[in-house]
Amino acid sequence: MSRIETTFKALNRPALISFITAGDPDYAQSLSAMKALAAGGADIIELGMPFTDPMADGPAIQLASERALKAGASMKTTLQMVRDFRADNHDTPIVLMGYYNPVLQYGLEAFAKDASEAGADGLIIVDIPPEEADPLLDAIQPYELDLIRLITPTSDETRLPKLLNGASGFLYYVSITGVTGTAQADSQAVAAHINTIKQSTDLPVAIGFGIKTADDVQRFAAIGDAVVVGSALVQTVADNAGNDQMPEMLRGQVDALSKALA
Amino acid sequence: MQKNSYKNMPDENGHFGPYGGRYVAETLMPLILSVEAAWKEAKNDPAFWDEFNALAKDYIGRPSPMYLAQRLTDHLGGAKVYFKREELNHTGAHKINHCIGQILLAKRMGKTRIIAETGAGQHGVATATVCALFNIPCTVFMGATDIERQAPNVFRMRLLGAEVRSVTSGAGTLKDAMNEAMRDWVANVHDTYYLIGTVAGPHPFPEMVRQFQSVIGTESREQLLEREGKLPDLLVACIGGGSNALGMFHPFLDDADVEICGVEAGGHGVDTDKHAASLNGGRLGVLHGMSSYFLQDDDGQITEAHSVSAGLDYPGIGPEHAWLFDEKRVNYVSVTDDEALEAFQMCTKLEGIIPALESAHALAHVMKIAGDMPKDKVILLNMSGRGDKDIFTVAKKLGIDMGAM
Repeated sequence: MSRIETTFKALNRPALISFITAGDPDYAQSLSAMKALAAGGADIIELGMPFTDPMADGPAIQLASERALKAGASMKTTLQMVRDFRADNHDTPIVLMGYYNPVLQYGLEAFAKDASEAGADGLIIVDIPPEEADPLLDAIQPYELDLIRLITPTSDETRLPKLLNGASGFLYYVSITGVTGTAQADSQAVAAHINTIKQSTDLPVAIGFGIKTADDVQRFAAIGDAVVVGSALVQTVADNAGNDQMPEMLRGQVDALSKALA
Repeated sequence: MQKNSYKNMPDENGHFGPYGGRYVAETLMPLILSVEAAWKEAKNDPAFWDEFNALAKDYIGRPSPMYLAQRLTDHLGGAKVYFKREELNHTGAHKINHCIGQILLAKRMGKTRIIAETGAGQHGVATATVCALFNIPCTVFMGATDIERQAPNVFRMRLLGAEVRSVTSGAGTLKDAMNEAMRDWVANVHDTYYLIGTVAGPHPFPEMVRQFQSVIGTESREQLLEREGKLPDLLVACIGGGSNALGMFHPFLDDADVEICGVEAGGHGVDTDKHAASLNGGRLGVLHGMSSYFLQDDDGQITEAHSVSAGLDYPGIGPEHAWLFDEKRVNYVSVTDDEALEAFQMCTKLEGIIPALESAHALAHVMKIAGDMPKDKVILLNMSGRGDKDIFTVAKKLGIDMGAM
């Protein structure tokens, strides 16, 4: 059983998925931040792979990519971070999130192999709809890597079967039509759509975009199997870059979010 | 379908060989598919083309003239050089062709808001123009750097009623404006149409923009046959995203005797890190909804393009050009900023036509080769835009202080 599946099976409550960008604001601080997420009680870590043109992201995560790239982040250092994290954490699933071009340039087969060997468990590639996913699916097929599919408010019943075909790990429900860290969804509308989705799949459904506080976490956890907090954590990293206390602040923030799920 | 044709692309998924496609966030997919469905229906509807053709004639001023540049020809001393005068179109460039086409499609789809990206401001002005004509609210995304260097076009867009939104992310140029337009589109899928400014972006945009722009090549064929009794020996056009070039080239792709040449912006030289030559200096990648050639580093991070011409200052190129490059049907070359500036001045003095800096790139290539071609050969150059917008840039490059004149 994959780490992602094991994690969802073992929990008797919704999961907390926390996001930071790899290498933000630099390698050492980012690795400490990653460990702090786990220490604070994150059930799954989503790790952003920096890209110059993050078209689906709002200002907070755009700037995180810029900081990381400026500090020398690359696909190699991102995978190294996964490896370093795995050296003393064997349980927390890691989902790599990013855009297709850096993966493509690394080489699809090489990426699948190296990401899997480093200890990553899943992939979210924002700009790969099912129509363009075959080469990537073929490349990850030999490895225990889940391709996490995004489902959005615009995914209607004709789209859903396409999205579910080849999906594994969990589904990521993008709760708004928009970019990360901006507006917040109406939870009733989200609940209705998730109910529809659940009729066609047994995969857990995580809800993300615009979820920032413990209150938000509580409200959206009631209607999904997991909630994703990203921009709010990235903001903490940004506001406290260079401060030794940053990982501790992050740990405290995640701890508070995690307690909202208990 | 004809076999051995270069004109049958893309396939039904929008691929030109390994290029093109639809690399967009899932939120946009249903909308992209509905644009495709609307486009398929429109392109087979004679009423749609009647409306397009009527506006092309009365509003744009089509057909644009075919002009024999005699003084330039005499000066170069070789092949006859003809200009296809797209710079005489309403708004001063070829961009208006695909803006009219796309606004008609947006109207057909019931969209009530238009967004667009712009670099030099030509596509922004053309979009703002058709939005004024059709009374549809319009937001144009423009990099903060470009806003500064293209103030007259910013004012023009605002006069036309468009909101110009400054984009400060990245280097504040065309690539960043396109990212921001995509972000806006994701947030406003229900009522907004993204009027893309070149033969790029996700399918069906590259095919659709090509189709609207191919009026250039179609008219040229007829005009030149009438004037010279034969097809041109060589077509030359400049390439940023590649819309004016593809519009000129596409109707000639299957004419084996017609040589075709696309001119990229070489900036300080393709062997430096300051150019915008995606084909000659980039490699296969994925950005802005498409697979194509992009300027990028080893890690797949997109690098900044450079060109004296803001309209060519883009690190990618339309996917059909990438395919034609691989197929070697079109020969892609580059010229530098300095060569383009020289061509800009020469054309102005010899022909009394101030070319856009973009078109001056094509002209610079013609100046290099026309003299070595026999006098009975015919070169057709796409004069894609007029250069009034560029006089400030050129003055600065030449070290002239316009305030002190």
